[in-house]
Amino acid sequence: MAKYVIVGASAAGISAVEAIREVDPVGTVTVISEELCPQYSRPMISDLVSGKADFKKMLCRDSQFWVKNNVEALTGQKAVSLNLKEKYVVLENGNCVSFEKLLIATGGKPFVPKIEGAEKNGVFTFTKLADAERLSAMLEKAQNAVVVGGGLIGVSVTEALVKRGLKVTLVELQDKILSLILDATASEIVADLMEIAGVTIVTGQSVQRILGKPEDESSVGGVVLTNGEEVQCDIVIIAIGVVPRTELVSGTDVKTNRGILVDRFMRTSAPDVYASGDVAEAYDFVYGENRLLPLWPLAQLEGKVAGYNMAGKKAEYPGGTVMSSLKYFGIPIISIGLVNPKNPHDYEILTCYDPTRRVYKKLVLKGNAIVGILLLNDIERAGIMFNLMKNRVNVKKFKQALLSDNFGLATLPPSLRKTLYLEV
Amino acid sequence: MKRIVAKEEFCIGCGLCEVYCTVQHSQSKDIIKAYNRENPRPISRVRREVNKPVSFAVQCKHCEDAPCVVACLSGAMKRDESTGLVLHDAEKCMGCWTCIMVCPYGAIKMDASSKVVSKCDFCFGLEMPACVANCPNGALVLMEVKP
Ligand SMILES: Cc1cc2nc3c(=O)[nH]c(=O)nc-3n(C[C@H](O)[C@H](O)[C@H](O)COP(=O)(O)OP(=O)(O)OC[C@H]3O[C@@H](n4cnc5c(N)ncnc54)[C@H](O)[C@@H]3O)c2cc1C
Ligand code: SF4
Ligand code: SF4
Repeated sequence: MAKYVIVGASAAGISAVEAIREVDPVGTVTVISEELCPQYSRPMISDLVSGKADFKKMLCRDSQFWVKNNVEALTGQKAVSLNLKEKYVVLENGNCVSFEKLLIATGGKPFVPKIEGAEKNGVFTFTKLADAERLSAMLEKAQNAVVVGGGLIGVSVTEALVKRGLKVTLVELQDKILSLILDATASEIVADLMEIAGVTIVTGQSVQRILGKPEDESSVGGVVLTNGEEVQCDIVIIAIGVVPRTELVSGTDVKTNRGILVDRFMRTSAPDVYASGDVAEAYDFVYGENRLLPLWPLAQLEGKVAGYNMAGKKAEYPGGTVMSSLKYFGIPIISIGLVNPKNPHDYEILTCYDPTRRVYKKLVLKGNAIVGILLLNDIERAGIMFNLMKNRVNVKKFKQALLSDNFGLATLPPSLRKTLYLEV
Repeated sequence: MKRIVAKEEFCIGCGLCEVYCTVQHSQSKDIIKAYNRENPRPISRVRREVNKPVSFAVQCKHCEDAPCVVACLSGAMKRDESTGLVLHDAEKCMGCWTCIMVCPYGAIKMDASSKVVSKCDFCFGLEMPACVANCPNGALVLMEVKP
């Protein structure tokens, strides 16, 4: 009877459990999770803060998930080291858990630069349920917040704080917010909407120092920006980014770059050791190489592929790419692949922009194949475009129709429709 | 397992599938009330596509290995074990639009509130989905497909 051990029980870990159980109903499965109740939707922690979701809604699998899948769930326990020769995991409490197949699904941790005053009361990172609960508890008394980092996590927590009535200043080091997934036009549209909602956006700046309150030095009272300007606040949220939690494999045979390197079967360089999710560097089909892609859908897909392979059913990871969808500040956005290429002249770029409806659509093509998709407000046909992109379809014949309002499956040449889609 | 199949050659592009889907998923289930009185007006989960001379109806295919289920951020999009259908739980949905991004058919829409998504539920509980039952030209049919 096979013995599977999984460290980390979020998107990747849960999907691996489901895949293993699909193939092998009898092997023993143990998950080790630092978080007490790990089966929640991490992206929903902002909704918990805003009040849109309660804990019950956040559960992405029900409370009986582990029992139903006959999994030994060691929750509230941290794995501290690995012995890959004798095949066991050492827990913080000293216990050892032996394995035949191991999955590392430890995800990421927030990156926190050295900032003077970062130890003060009221400074938060924002990546887990406990952060959201602690933050929520402080909001009754808080009026002003500074969010450091205008990426996806920063924008999501900003919206939640605005909904709770706080005045938020968002500080971004780049010259625009969401710079990794939007171009200048799209970023400006979002920034406008955020400013209408009352957010102050400061770009090209960072926080160099966190100040205390005059009456209480240990509590946050404000920040000093790199230009010397002071902003008063009661809360600072550091949302600069996440880095892979690779510490468990350091000093072992498992090869890492920035994340753990995996092949298309989610195998690491050590036998019987797999990795998936934010901790792994898996294949990106746009770049044609392995990259960090810290995204929930990819963590689930990678976890599923790992689970199948661990249980003996061969499955190949098709590859992923940057793919974000955003719902914040009332504007639906989908951004896939290369939407803002560094050398735009090497690409063909199609755009259409209707400022009154705030509809903006952009496709980036290379050799008549789609390599980037950016859609604001009119997003419902995104999946059809993504399918063309994944299949590297030559779109030359219907290029102009791609951005039209009634683009759809009927736009595709019949022969293409028949090869891409079994039906319709 | 039964699935809805579109017969392109019989579709006349009349759009009755959209009308009956809207009514079926309205609160009143009454065509006049659904279109004139309900606010927000319910949406159709089937989409008529016309690109003359071609027309056909598109709705969720309840895919094997459904990309929307693998991608869902909240666990709202799930395969129903007993029927094999891909069903959406609006209570759980966080409206993140991730499923819209990955559905190769473009079969998922924002619902009328624009807070969650909506898609074909095979008229769960009905013997015959409303679009199939009301297509005047047999362009939507139920077919047995292997599970
Ligand atoms: C606020 C926020 C919003 C987001 N929004 C989106 C979004 O809209 N779309 C999107 O695609 N992605 C989003 N993400 C990213 C997404 O949440 C991650 O990509 C996803 O959670 C990765 O899953 P994972 O299983 O790889 O790791 P994680 O979810 O990071 O889980 C790892 C788990 O392992 C545990 N662990 C780590 N080390 C150990 C150890 N040594 N011992 C025991 N347990 C351990 C951790 O405690 C954690 O429970 C968002 C993230 C945040 C924080
Ligand atoms: S919504 Fe789209 S991806 Fe999901 S099952 Fe239906 S057709 Fe497939
Ligand atoms: S919009 Fe709803 S159903 Fe779709 S992926 Fe997000 S949470 Fe899941």
